[in-house]
Amino acid sequence: MEALIACHECDLIHRVKPLPKKGVANCSRCGSVLYRHKPNSLERTLALSLAGLVLFVLANSFPFLALKMEAQVHQTNLITGIKVLYTQGMQALAILVLLTTILAPLAQLLGMLYVLLPLRHHRAPPKFAPIFRFVLSLQPWSMMEVFMLGILVSVVKLAKMAQIVPGIAIFSFFGLIVVLTAATVSLDPHEIWHRWEKLR
Amino acid sequence: MKSIPFTARNASQISCHSCHLLCRINFSKIGRSLVCPRCGSTLHQRKPNSLKRTWALVLAAIVLYIPANLLPVTIVISLGKAQADTIMSGVIYFISTGMWPIALIIFVASILVPMLKLVILTFLLITVQRKSAWRPKDRTRLYRITEAVGRWSMVDIYVVTILVALVNLGNLATIKAGPGAGFFAAVVVITIFAAMSFDPRLIWDAKETLDE
Repeated sequence: MEALIACHECDLIHRVKPLPKKGVANCSRCGSVLYRHKPNSLERTLALSLAGLVLFVLANSFPFLALKMEAQVHQTNLITGIKVLYTQGMQALAILVLLTTILAPLAQLLGMLYVLLPLRHHRAPPKFAPIFRFVLSLQPWSMMEVFMLGILVSVVKLAKMAQIVPGIAIFSFFGLIVVLTAATVSLDPHEIWHRWEKLR
Repeated sequence: MKSIPFTARNASQISCHSCHLLCRINFSKIGRSLVCPRCGSTLHQRKPNSLKRTWALVLAAIVLYIPANLLPVTIVISLGKAQADTIMSGVIYFISTGMWPIALIIFVASILVPMLKLVILTFLLITVQRKSAWRPKDRTRLYRITEAVGRWSMVDIYVVTILVALVNLGNLATIKAGPGAGFFAAVVVITIFAAMSFDPRLIWDAKETLDE
């Protein structure tokens, strides 16, 4: 049974064949990606998630951006905008931004560590399946790279009226985006499910 | 006579949407909800009520798209004067000050992408309902693009978040989020859910029933 896979976009069944290095298997009918060869998936994702956690702490504890205008300096953190939105009566919006830029990435990192660390030592953590499923379902809601584009647009928009001073957190944040994206790309869910299945 | 394509459905199998395990349908358990033996998620041959759900979400998003574009997303209060900006007036501001790349980013992410998403999803829904056999591969590709680009529409929401955080200097200058921002965020989130609830396999099902 294990050697078959159905395309998730057109339902056609394919035989799973070993891929060459960095190879991609596409559906023969609709062209969607069936699976990819990802070298050292578990180790890479684990290392990147650990690095991501460190960067996440830095990005959330240091000053993010500061605005300088006529001798006034106004410093902000990553969470400041969310707090301001909340006090301005836009609670739902504040929660959405909190979820997509802070909570989802954090849960993703913690979830990957929880799942991958024991698995690397050939142990299956309790509640593996629901937690790993949850981690995978978070992916569309983790939008840090979109937030980065938002920073760029805001800085350009404000450049004419004030001076924007970047803080330590913004560099950590850029690093975090790179690391988290790499972690998501290097994660091979099929391989993780296989490894776990063998341990059961 | 055309050969029947070897799909999971034709082989009485269900592909788990979460872990992609191919599961044989146990007909003795039909009626109860089927569960993936590996990861434990509920199995569905096709996403449940895909067309109805997607239609409902698409229509809701079309309705909300109107106030999202007509109401101000930001209100700038500077030295006693207030200026309200909609998404489009923001784009026009960037064009008038010569910042073409930024104007283009905002226009594409905030106006073009949500509109195209709604048009494409409506088109896919109608063609599936009419059991069209027209270019299923290209329609699947359209769906794939729609699903992938939706998240980038959030960029304007993040710009508002950063602006209200930074420009908070009391009387000198303060930026507030306008009601349009809330409607716009709703459009983005609802269209993401709409894309998720559409099942691209329905495009191919229609083709197969015609071939038979």
